[in-house]
Amino acid sequence: MPGALADAVQLSWNLVEDIQQLFAYHFMENAYLAGTLVAVVAGVVGYFMVLRGQSFAGHTLAKVGFPGALGAALIGVSPVIGLIAFGIGAALLIGALSAREVKGQDVAVGMVLAFSLGLGLLFVRLSHFNNTTGVYSLLFGSVLGISDQDIGPIMLTTCITLALLSAIARPLLFASIDPEVAAARGVPVRLLSTLFLFLLALAVAEAVQFVGALLIFALLVTPAATAQQLTTRPALAVGLSVVLALLFMWFGLAIGYFTPYPSSFFITSFAFGTYALVRIARSGSGWLGRSRHQVQAKGEALS
Amino acid sequence: MMGIDTVLFSIIPPFSPNLIEDVRAMLGFDFMRYALLAGTAIALAAGAVSYFIVLRHQTFAGDALSDVAFTGALGAAVLGINLLVGLFVGTVAVALGIGLLGGRARARDVAIGTTLAWVLGLGVLFLSIYTSTASGSNGAIGVNVLFGTIFGLTAQQATLAAWAGAGALALLLLIARPLLFASLDPDVAAARGVPVRALGLAFLVILGVTVAEAVQAVGVLLIFSLLVGPGAVARRLVTRPFAALALSAGLALVFVWVGLTLAFYTPYPVSFLISTLAFCTYLLVLLGAQGQRFWAQRVKTAPAKKEPEELAVSRPT
Repeated sequence: MPGALADAVQLSWNLVEDIQQLFAYHFMENAYLAGTLVAVVAGVVGYFMVLRGQSFAGHTLAKVGFPGALGAALIGVSPVIGLIAFGIGAALLIGALSAREVKGQDVAVGMVLAFSLGLGLLFVRLSHFNNTTGVYSLLFGSVLGISDQDIGPIMLTTCITLALLSAIARPLLFASIDPEVAAARGVPVRLLSTLFLFLLALAVAEAVQFVGALLIFALLVTPAATAQQLTTRPALAVGLSVVLALLFMWFGLAIGYFTPYPSSFFITSFAFGTYALVRIARSGSGWLGRSRHQVQAKGEALS
Repeated sequence: MMGIDTVLFSIIPPFSPNLIEDVRAMLGFDFMRYALLAGTAIALAAGAVSYFIVLRHQTFAGDALSDVAFTGALGAAVLGINLLVGLFVGTVAVALGIGLLGGRARARDVAIGTTLAWVLGLGVLFLSIYTSTASGSNGAIGVNVLFGTIFGLTAQQATLAAWAGAGALALLLLIARPLLFASLDPDVAAARGVPVRALGLAFLVILGVTVAEAVQAVGVLLIFSLLVGPGAVARRLVTRPFAALALSAGLALVFVWVGLTLAFYTPYPVSFLISTLAFCTYLLVLLGAQGQRFWAQRVKTAPAKKEPEELAVSRPT
């Protein structure tokens, strides 16, 4: 679809005209609407995910959508049900297993990931799912194929996820930054951890069917990681993370529209490029700041 | 994929109570001999690497490097170079990147995540170029890399996988002692002059090589199962490092052999069987440890039942 369009649309120097061209098709309006909603949720949830060092769990929950959707197709129910059931099941399993693990979550997450991918393969075989395009659309999604009926559910899950997250945001922040002190102050750290995984699963399950496992993961991790490089103040970092996710999404969609290449490539590339630049700039300014500080300290010592 | 399996299923003999006869029947097929050869080498290498992955908490790195194989394979297809070259270049480059970017656990998690997201985005680009230029193809090569098929190996591929697996295992055993020290207590190891950072990088490169050689034979899914499961189980069962290392490799071998045998006699895919075996063993070991702790606690607390309540009271509110 994008390949055929690339011949019809052309980028001009007139920006207003370009934007008019961009929204000439209804599917682009839907893509922007859904993309905006997904980016907002991913920006907020991603902030906590990165803060808690749970990128691997986020990645796993995104991939679990694959057996989820296939399993649902196999027993003949809507893929959304399969996605949400598998996502929440995986979140609970990760929570239960990692509570019994030696240190950290990564082994428990890895076991759940390997097992769920195995199930995905089994479902592929059982459903005689021979066309590879189906596998790919689950993994990489297609933002351009979102219909009017899809917008409603996306809007609904976006509101639910954001409402639940804002309800637990304060204690979750405390529990994420310093779990020991939070536990000592009576904050239910374990419960919050499971609740957060549950929310992460919900946010991912909602997004994965429209934008694919890859893109939702990229939107969760990279804007939040960049924001946390730039500021340590939580509210500011959440806002920055959302703004970055939105910018990557909007620019990626626009450039994907005017070129024959997939927009998810541009979205992930912008995100990674920004992250890399910020890290380089920060290590540069950290070095500068240190030397300036030293000069200042020397000056004070002299006077 | 499906077609081959159904055809095979109709010509293989049924399972009999005579086990020797069964093994002979299995080994009578070329595809089974190649699968066992490649599977054994890959299992030994992946099992040994697995112990270190679990010990060093680098499961995410293992997953990321397995996923990178996907981009590497498609990149090679787009550029028209050898698949194996693409796989090796991709995994080793990302292994080095992860090793150089990441510092402490939390920073490492983010560094791997951001890199992985971008590399997968690159994979999508390659996929779109590949499917739009190569006429009539639908990117089956990518799905093959994801799920692989160990029953479809040629003699040449099996021999190559065996040699590469043996090479990776030998390299790992060569640095096993200092790596173990650096993994168990990095600070003390650094103080004793062990090159902790260089060893970490070397380990990631060995991991990348193991993935690259295994992926084209058995697929991302199977190699990832073997990179996590055996180590996670072995570490829970044995505390002595070298015994755990050996047990991890042994477990991987058992998973692969049992999985291949089961797949030979049932219509289920090998990778599914092996990942399920690993997961069930892990669950059993976790539950066993839980039960053991439960009984030990009951024995201990039976004379003095008040103890837990006193502990609960001492918690500040």
